[in-house]
Amino acid sequence: MSVKMQYTGIRDVSGSLVIIEGMDGAAYDEIIDITMSDGTHRTGRVIELNEEFAIVQVFDGTEGVSLDNASALPVGKPLTMPLSAEILGRRFDGIGRPADGLGAVYPETFSDINGKPINPVSREYPRSFIQTGISSIDGLATLIKGQKLPVFSGNGLPHDALAVQIAAQSNITEKDGSNFAIVFAAMGVTHDVANYFITSLTETGAIGHSVVFVNTSSDPVAERILTPRCALTAAEYLAFERNMHVLVILTDMTAYAEALREISSSKQEIPSRKGYPGYLYSDLASIYERAGMIKGCEGSITQIPILTMPNDDITHPIPDLTGYITEGQIVLSRELFQKGIYPPVSVLPSLSRLMKDGIGEKYTRADHPDVSNQLFSSYAAVQDIKSLASVIGEDELTEADKRLLEFGERFEREFINQGRDEDRGIGQTLDIAWELLRMLPKDKLDRISPELLDKMYDAE
Amino acid sequence: MNEAKIYGINGPVVTVKNAPWFKVRETVCVGREQLIGEVIAIHGDSTVIQVYEETSGLTLGEPVVGAGEPMSVTLGPGLIGNIFDGIERPLKSIEEQSGAFISRGLRPDALDMEKVWEVKILAENGSRVSAGDIIAEVAENPLITQKIMIPPNVSGVLSDVVKSGGYTCRDVIAHVTDENGTVTDITLTQKWAIRTPRPYAEREAISRPLITGQRIIDILFPLAKGGTAAIPGGFGTGKTMTQHQLAKWSDADIIIYIGCGERGNEMTQVLEDFIGLVDPKSGQPLMNRTLLIANTSNMPVAAREASIYTGVTIAEYFRDMGYHVAIMADSTSRWAEALREISGRLEEMPAEEGFPAYLPSRLSEFYERAGYVKNLNGTEGSVSIIGAVSPQGGDFSEPVTQNTKRFIRCFWGLDKSLAYARHYPAINWITSYSEYAEELGDWYRENIDKDFESLRGKIIKILSEENSLMDIVKLIGSDILPEEQKLTLEIARVIRVGLLQQNAYNANDTYVPMKKQFEMLKVIARLEEKCRALVTGESIPVSEIAKTGVFDKVVRIKYDIENDKPEKFKEIYDLIDSIEGASL
Repeated sequence: MSVKMQYTGIRDVSGSLVIIEGMDGAAYDEIIDITMSDGTHRTGRVIELNEEFAIVQVFDGTEGVSLDNASALPVGKPLTMPLSAEILGRRFDGIGRPADGLGAVYPETFSDINGKPINPVSREYPRSFIQTGISSIDGLATLIKGQKLPVFSGNGLPHDALAVQIAAQSNITEKDGSNFAIVFAAMGVTHDVANYFITSLTETGAIGHSVVFVNTSSDPVAERILTPRCALTAAEYLAFERNMHVLVILTDMTAYAEALREISSSKQEIPSRKGYPGYLYSDLASIYERAGMIKGCEGSITQIPILTMPNDDITHPIPDLTGYITEGQIVLSRELFQKGIYPPVSVLPSLSRLMKDGIGEKYTRADHPDVSNQLFSSYAAVQDIKSLASVIGEDELTEADKRLLEFGERFEREFINQGRDEDRGIGQTLDIAWELLRMLPKDKLDRISPELLDKMYDAE
Repeated sequence: MNEAKIYGINGPVVTVKNAPWFKVRETVCVGREQLIGEVIAIHGDSTVIQVYEETSGLTLGEPVVGAGEPMSVTLGPGLIGNIFDGIERPLKSIEEQSGAFISRGLRPDALDMEKVWEVKILAENGSRVSAGDIIAEVAENPLITQKIMIPPNVSGVLSDVVKSGGYTCRDVIAHVTDENGTVTDITLTQKWAIRTPRPYAEREAISRPLITGQRIIDILFPLAKGGTAAIPGGFGTGKTMTQHQLAKWSDADIIIYIGCGERGNEMTQVLEDFIGLVDPKSGQPLMNRTLLIANTSNMPVAAREASIYTGVTIAEYFRDMGYHVAIMADSTSRWAEALREISGRLEEMPAEEGFPAYLPSRLSEFYERAGYVKNLNGTEGSVSIIGAVSPQGGDFSEPVTQNTKRFIRCFWGLDKSLAYARHYPAINWITSYSEYAEELGDWYRENIDKDFESLRGKIIKILSEENSLMDIVKLIGSDILPEEQKLTLEIARVIRVGLLQQNAYNANDTYVPMKKQFEMLKVIARLEEKCRALVTGESIPVSEIAKTGVFDKVVRIKYDIENDKPEKFKEIYDLIDSIEGASL
């Protein structure tokens, strides 16, 4: 390997970027160690390179950098994460440096945080049902092991509580739980939110098998770009080298995407919608696609990214592009939240794409597919009646429509609504569903097969 | 060989200086790891290259070597049933070389060069051959026989023809000597540049439908063999699901499924499903007629741009043999975004929403490669293209949807509210259209029934009446409508639930032969006629007729009458006929 030299020719400093002249010995995407004249170090990464200059993104921010007080040294490799089983129970900062005062991790291996794409041929199609104990999810948007299922939320909605409840209640592993791990990455969230998660994980005793990465909203933006990548590198190690079932919680993807926009804009890239860079889709995909299962590997990565929809707008580029990549979404609704429903899962736009292959006789219960279809269909009809009632008044509705309206009301109160530590079995969830469906006339349940209807509708 | 040095690196875009020998669209090897790239532009003394692999770790001064030829694919036996990445590298070979995660710098052969194929020679020494002529056959699997053709641009006299027997893709099976005395080796394979359409004799008029077994498509919005269609829809509206259904059940000979910038698990699902599923026509596993091109969203973006050209080139190759090929491209929006990303790195002046101004011309180049043609060898074949579009925010006014609409003739618009109510396929019958419906009218009249067109018209009329009635119903409820209009609503419900909605998970409903589709049309028409007479002639309210259960019975035809038992329709007709005013 050639001797690396120190470069001092800083030409521009702007945002988190510095432009260094004549840095011809560096490699694209290489990590740069920047030494300040006071002896402190900062870390950066080459994001554009040519014979005249290199653009370096500085993770720790560029505050205090001048044209002549810093020198840059290429370290000869892209950013890697030191990994071993010791990472369980540890806390790291946004770029994977220990942040809990317990010292460095003794590495068994180093992995490039950018990961490599999983070969579609090597993937195993996810089919195993994960019981979260939450009726609206288990019954209607079932989580499957190896799935990436985001929570689309809004500011002030209880998405954090929901994520904690999923993490606490999910029976992701059949064994005694010794091969279950949680990887939690906080990006641009407040200290309070980060603490809430850490406290909750501690209270449930999960912290011992958790790996936590925290980049709070006051930490450098450039770091935020790497936080989910570090977290997923840790998750891949645990899942595919250590055969663990890993649940990854990423929050808040909106803050991540905004960091990406900030850096793109300081690079003066051509923006696409709402100022986000044209590669937002590919970039998000490089995070979300790092979930799944691999043939011949026992472990799995299940991803629950959380994002807050700006202005509750689901067509905003961040939720929109996320929805195109992930395998469904759980959408939270402000209206239900204001009604006092927890979790306020907006049923109709919520969806699990992998559900169809992971429910039914072999996995949950034979009546599950038909029941969930019927609930969707009937609850969609409720919405039509509601908008009609708002025009002509509830009194003018026909008896049948009134019954449907009452069904909708009870569905929200009894099926969607549940306690923050209430852990419902799938059987219990489906039984509640039947109790509600019996409110409707039998001949209106056209999504349920006649045999099933005969068996279940009249049963008590 | 001339060697240039890397001058600059920006994502997938690499530039070299002072290398005038590079040609635009030439394939190049970049860096010590020999990453595959393609020259996309030349600006003065700098040559711009897009690299089809991850460029992380490349350094300045690494060598760049030209291959002298444009980006090409290898065509020959072994394509079918395989899964390739965007530049025709077989993913199974990549897995053997680098395990479950894809490394870079791998260059496995596209086709298995060692496998011995049973070749049946059809031509003789001394015969004059020209481009496209079929000189041998290889039964690739029980369903598909590959025709070994003289490559385009080659003609002359055949010599050294081997005997029928076992040969590999490396073996020369004949020589062709042209009038200048140039000798060309003929093997089982040939190469073709992906961005150049393969030649054909002439384009023929659209005349036959691509039957898909999906009622809303076959009845209301048919696609022609050699036609183009777009499926736009926001996320969760079922684009991929619809594409999968078409790939499974449409009556093309060969399906090329291009997963362009989509989910890895979806490709895995196709691989798993298609091996287990059986083609209704031939009884063979569906994988025996399917070829997959997978460039998932986290694979390099430049190869995503190439993937649809790779797919369409392979399709044209099979078309040249006389096959009907259907391409599913999921999703063309991701391809357009790849164009946008590369364009942005080149600092080109953007048009709408950051997309380059040449987006429409690239789209039209792609869709124009579809068509029903007479091949150079006299056979007939077709390439049909069905492109999924993923509009941002589900908004059909965005540039990719709008520009696609200009070049396709069949538009299956997916609707969010239908998907929310789990009405699949969520194709909106009001906004969708097919320009082929008229051209295919003759085929439907001759092959299905002379009344098909008029029944189809009737269905469309009822649905559009319902649509305008719903505006009123939303405001004042359906109760106060006159009985006749209530009947229209009820019949429209029967059409929506009984005919248009189709259950991909039900064995009887996932694929429906044209014969049963037409019977269902007829039953609904008879039901409407009969009820109309009762309501207007004998003033019987719709609610009374509903009590007989006849509407629900008709809705359930799709489940209750098996595809191979059309005789059961008689019961339904009897039931409809038995409703008499007096009995109510």
